[in-house]
Amino acid sequence: MSQSALQLFCTFGIFIILLLITGAYCMFVSFNLIRVLIGFEILIKAVTLLIICAGYVCGRTALAQAIVITLIVIEIVVMVVAGGVALWAYRHNKTIDPRKLSNLKG
Amino acid sequence: MVNMTINLILLFALILVALWTVMTIRLIRSIVGLALTSAILSVIMYRLHSPLAAVFELSVCSGLISVIFVTTVSFTQRISKEKLRIRRKERLLKFWYLPVILIATAVMLCQHLLTPQFTLPLLVPAQGLGVRDLLWSCRHLDLLGQVVMLLAGAFGVVILFKESRK
Repeated sequence: MSQSALQLFCTFGIFIILLLITGAYCMFVSFNLIRVLIGFEILIKAVTLLIICAGYVCGRTALAQAIVITLIVIEIVVMVVAGGVALWAYRHNKTIDPRKLSNLKG
Repeated sequence: MVNMTINLILLFALILVALWTVMTIRLIRSIVGLALTSAILSVIMYRLHSPLAAVFELSVCSGLISVIFVTTVSFTQRISKEKLRIRRKERLLKFWYLPVILIATAVMLCQHLLTPQFTLPLLVPAQGLGVRDLLWSCRHLDLLGQVVMLLAGAFGVVILFKESRK
């Protein structure tokens, strides 16, 4: 791997780590199910960028795209189901604050 | 050099929009921010020679997921102005650490990563297949997994919204 490719990967790596921190912070600090999902989405965006960047640097963009398309399909299914769960929780408890979802306790 | 400058501008925009997405108080603004993040990410993907993934990202993540979030938010109740004021104060208290953490991490990483002292192992040459060939011939198990996931998602939503029989 050439030095310039490694440099590009490292530059992108810094921003990917910052994006991961932003998403994780949003997930840990928020007490709103929809905001937690938004944080999760940002985490997924960071992972997507990492895969595409790795594919570009290694010269395997086709493989990276195939993996990213799979990731996007799974992401949409997860988001639809998670949105449904958030709505279900709101209908039953009139809140989407996870601290108040007490009837989920086993 | 020009290419790298454009990439850096896009990456800065990506981080700033992501930061705005998590820090803004209104959920609708957060969703718009998320769509913008996806749009900027798809431009970066296009610049990294991944046009098909960029189109997927733009149409699905920037479009469809925003629609799902907006629909979910529209079913919930709008909060009062008094509550909004209190929440804004709480949110500022919680989130002022985040830019500080990001800047500190960026400075720390710049010192270590911008002058890489390590090398990555040599790679086996790629087979030269296109995305479609790869998806349909080499990774057909992935496609099967995607179909199963889509079905599971559809069943999950049906079960979640099933009305109870009286």
